[in-house]
Amino acid sequence: MEQLKTIGRELAMGSQGGFGQSKEFLDLVKSIGEARSKAEEERIVLHEIETLKRRLSEPDIPKRKMKEYIIRLVYVEMLGHDASFAYIHAVKMTHDDNLVLKRTGYLAVSLFLNDDHDLIILIVNTIQKDLKSDNYLVVCTALNAVCKLINDETVPAVLPQVVELLGHQKEAVRKKAIMALHRFYQKSPSSVSHLVSNFRKRLCDNDPGVMGATLCPLFDLITIDVNTYKDLVVSFVSILKQVAERRLPKTYDYHQLPAPFIQIRLLKILALLGSGDKQSSEKMYMVVGDIFKKCDSTSNIGNAVLYECICCVSAIHPNPKLLEQAAQVISRFLKSDSHNLKYMGIDALGRLIKISPEIAEQHQLAVIDCLEDPDDTLKRKTFELLYKMTKSSNVEVIVDRMIDYMISLNDNHYKTYIASRCVELAEQFAPSNQWFIQTMNKVFEHAGDLVNVKVAHNLMKLIAEGFGEDDDTADSQLRSSAVESYLRIIGEPKLPSVFLQVICWVLGEYGTADGKYSASYITGKLCDVAEAYSNDETVKAYAVTAIMKIYAFEISSGRKVDMLPECQSLVEELSASHSTDLQQRAYELQAVIGIDAHAIESIMPSDASCEDIEIDKNLSFLNGYVQQAIEKGAQPYISENERSGVSSINNFRSQDQHEALSHSLRFEAYELPKPLVPSRVPPAAVASSTELVPVPEPSYARETHQSASLPSVSDAGSSELKLRLDGVQKKWGRPTYSSSASSTSTSSSHKTTNGITQVDGVSTSNSKARDTYDLRKPSVEISPEKQKLASSLFGGPSRTEKRPSSGNHKVSKATEKSQVSKAAGAHTDAAVEKTNHEPTPDLLDFSDSTVTGTAPSIDPFQQLEGLLDQTEATSTVNNGPAGASKTPEIMGLYADTPVSGLSSSVGNPVLTNRDDFNLASELSNATRTSQVGVSQSNRGPNPKDSLEKDALVRQMGVTPTSQNPNLFRDLLG
Amino acid sequence: MIRAVMVINTQGKPRLAKFYEFQPVEKQQELIRSVYGVLSSRAENVSNFLDAESIFGPDTRLVYKHFATLYFVFVFDSSENELAMLDLIQVFVETLDKCFKNVCELDVVLNYSKLHTVLDEIIFGGQVLETSSTEVLKAVEEISKLETASNAISLVPKSVSSWRSRWYTV
Repeated sequence: MEQLKTIGRELAMGSQGGFGQSKEFLDLVKSIGEARSKAEEERIVLHEIETLKRRLSEPDIPKRKMKEYIIRLVYVEMLGHDASFAYIHAVKMTHDDNLVLKRTGYLAVSLFLNDDHDLIILIVNTIQKDLKSDNYLVVCTALNAVCKLINDETVPAVLPQVVELLGHQKEAVRKKAIMALHRFYQKSPSSVSHLVSNFRKRLCDNDPGVMGATLCPLFDLITIDVNTYKDLVVSFVSILKQVAERRLPKTYDYHQLPAPFIQIRLLKILALLGSGDKQSSEKMYMVVGDIFKKCDSTSNIGNAVLYECICCVSAIHPNPKLLEQAAQVISRFLKSDSHNLKYMGIDALGRLIKISPEIAEQHQLAVIDCLEDPDDTLKRKTFELLYKMTKSSNVEVIVDRMIDYMISLNDNHYKTYIASRCVELAEQFAPSNQWFIQTMNKVFEHAGDLVNVKVAHNLMKLIAEGFGEDDDTADSQLRSSAVESYLRIIGEPKLPSVFLQVICWVLGEYGTADGKYSASYITGKLCDVAEAYSNDETVKAYAVTAIMKIYAFEISSGRKVDMLPECQSLVEELSASHSTDLQQRAYELQAVIGIDAHAIESIMPSDASCEDIEIDKNLSFLNGYVQQAIEKGAQPYISENERSGVSSINNFRSQDQHEALSHSLRFEAYELPKPLVPSRVPPAAVASSTELVPVPEPSYARETHQSASLPSVSDAGSSELKLRLDGVQKKWGRPTYSSSASSTSTSSSHKTTNGITQVDGVSTSNSKARDTYDLRKPSVEISPEKQKLASSLFGGPSRTEKRPSSGNHKVSKATEKSQVSKAAGAHTDAAVEKTNHEPTPDLLDFSDSTVTGTAPSIDPFQQLEGLLDQTEATSTVNNGPAGASKTPEIMGLYADTPVSGLSSSVGNPVLTNRDDFNLASELSNATRTSQVGVSQSNRGPNPKDSLEKDALVRQMGVTPTSQNPNLFRDLLG
Repeated sequence: MIRAVMVINTQGKPRLAKFYEFQPVEKQQELIRSVYGVLSSRAENVSNFLDAESIFGPDTRLVYKHFATLYFVFVFDSSENELAMLDLIQVFVETLDKCFKNVCELDVVLNYSKLHTVLDEIIFGGQVLETSSTEVLKAVEEISKLETASNAISLVPKSVSSWRSRWYTV
């Protein structure tokens, strides 16, 4: 009986699908469905491949069988197994005259082959023939294949036929020809560039479907070059108007909406054409406003069109009425229960916020809800929005949130992305250096391996140079706070390598600078790091160099240095390291400890990391030495150009250099390496080796570089030491971190302001006060935390509520600044200087020393109101004479909108409630209807059929978990 | 443009995979696996959208819909509208439902080439071709009519149709 059912099913399938599959195929599907493990499935599929290989090699396969084999091969390849042995059979099948076989052939070929596959050449001829066929179905099939199989080389072969088809009598063919042409354009724009006018022509096609199809290529073309299509604005607007007014045949309606996909496409095009173009935008206002009003917001597709309207409104020259309508739609989206609509709402808000930043304020709680939603997609979209609305006033909250989320993530791709966002925001809006360093520490701690190395260098640079202010005490305070925070963090397990490098560098450079920590304490910590991360050579290198710096500073300040035992053993271990770089650093350390304070002062001046290093490229300081060597009989230096022509050079060193430079394969045998004695190396060779190295030397950190090249400029005594080290290091030093960025920058270009840390103190206490204030605020139904978050993100839930407290609790950075200027009194002109890199120009007003308590309370809101007034004023101007003179009747129509807008806003609560309900019922009915489905299955049109189907499903093992026979009943509504 | 259409069952087995830009077989498998990995970890009652950039590269979005035992997945770029794509999935499934009368996973498996026919009438070379399921159905029926007409070898003997009805009454 089971068997019979299967056959029955098979036959039913046969009549339905227009072809029948053999029992073998069914068995294959069944056994794969029943496979208990991946390995078992693998085995079954491999067996199937063997069978098919055998069958295909048989002579005279009946065509029907062949077709089935091909389908089975497609199936096998979908499961991830190579079916290339049979590609040729699929190609052959495209040549067949029978439509079924031809279609199968084309289907298989377009799934199997890439457009540069060797076999394509065998199909091109068939495609050419089929494009000319009398049977339009053959033509369509060929057009379908063309999209996938033709590349820029083969386009010319089929292009004439496709262009001819643009005038075909069947609209389905015209439509597909347009789209095929579009595909050609995507693949090789140059080959069809002369045909672009065809798209314009087809825009006027009688058939709306063909017109709709031309919108896709036009959208692509307009994206690339807006200006040549400005003349089409009127046409697009009138088409959109006709569509919106239901002038198209009823068949184009989708869910009672006239041709929504065409509307969406047109709105996208209008958004492109109207962006930054006031004249074009004005032509669109009316139709977009119409769609806003007409669009049915209860269906999914209606909301899609509305969303597209918002995108359009936010892209074109702003119109206050449209913006208002857009804001209404957004609030409906955000209030909806559907996550999809919330998502769209957040996205739309992000677009609109650029034009009217104040609209975010109304939706702050909705935004925070989305931020706390368990749905990851929604959360990410909300972070995207927050990123867009970050200002210096809310950067702390936003970045903190982002970091919290980043820590919770497992997905490295997104983690990297959000880490870079954090860094970007922090760099752009950081309210204080201290905060910046703390934020960076957090980012490094949790995503250190994912952020760009450049970020680490920026951080080191910042700590070394300060935030561009001219105050040494502030800088040193910043440094000591950095040192302190690093000493706290350093003990944590498994820190990322990049972060450890920063830590080591900062500790080495500034660990003992403020005298709070002893050299032995810092070096002890550094030794611990080197030991704990013993397989990370870069970290070890940084640690050793840092230790060297600490000791050097100790010696130069006249203190006696006794090396810690663990440090001693570390140096010993490293001097026997396999890494030449580590070895060199260890030896350098030992050498530095051995020399006197005066010499150290010149090789390792303390806090000199920002100083410019002048590089004497000519190495003129070596002249005396070279002279001496030549006198002793050494060969003179041969310049690179001269050398490159000469093949036989005795000097092994210079040849080695030469080789490294040319990077080509060498064919002659290598010479035996001669034992290398540094002092006997011909000076010419040394000189050349140094010159060949690019200016930012490929050593780990600049400090080695510094120790190597600085003394040579001035100190004759240490230049000998330098030479020796140089000879060793330059050859093998790994080119990882070159410090070109910091070494080229001049510290003089950065100015420092007084009292920057004081600013921090005041601002933090302020925000504390504000927090408590917010907590005390009466909240009706919203939790205080949420409200607090909202106020810190958006600057308070409402303006009037905020005002009384504004004197002290201003979020605005400007106020903080001016308060500081009050408190600090004498530093006011420093604040003026600071405005140079502050985004708030209004600060200038408060910079004079007569700042009073009232002044700060005025500023941001008055400004805001002023802005509002301005926009209102301009908007009325927009609507007024300018528009009226052009198109009076449009303006007349437009004048109606305020009334309707008002009425809709009055009736809004009711409306939205209903909407929500409808949406919810439609979108969530999947679960409900499945229950209904079960109960209804008895009343269904062909319950037996369904039950049988279900039984078969179970039997086939395809869907063991399914219990509902009418699986897709919910679809039919 | 639409980059890919996938139908994956709830156990991660691909039922249909169509890439509008060529992907080698191994890459296809990898993509299907990672999409399934993300989808299977999604809770109920969350949005149908996913950020697909970590799987498909920059400027890609993903919309999926879960029907019974199948995930229908569309991957596309910023030139399409997410909600509209969600409706396109609906169109696709509605059409399949009309085609197969209460479509289930088995129909999808067994009528592999018909599935492609339907899809090709909805999406053409990565662009939306037709969104009316009745129109799509008309086109598909026309094809199968012509196919059977042009089919020299009759695949299903006449007498079989009477068999079929017998089996259904069993």
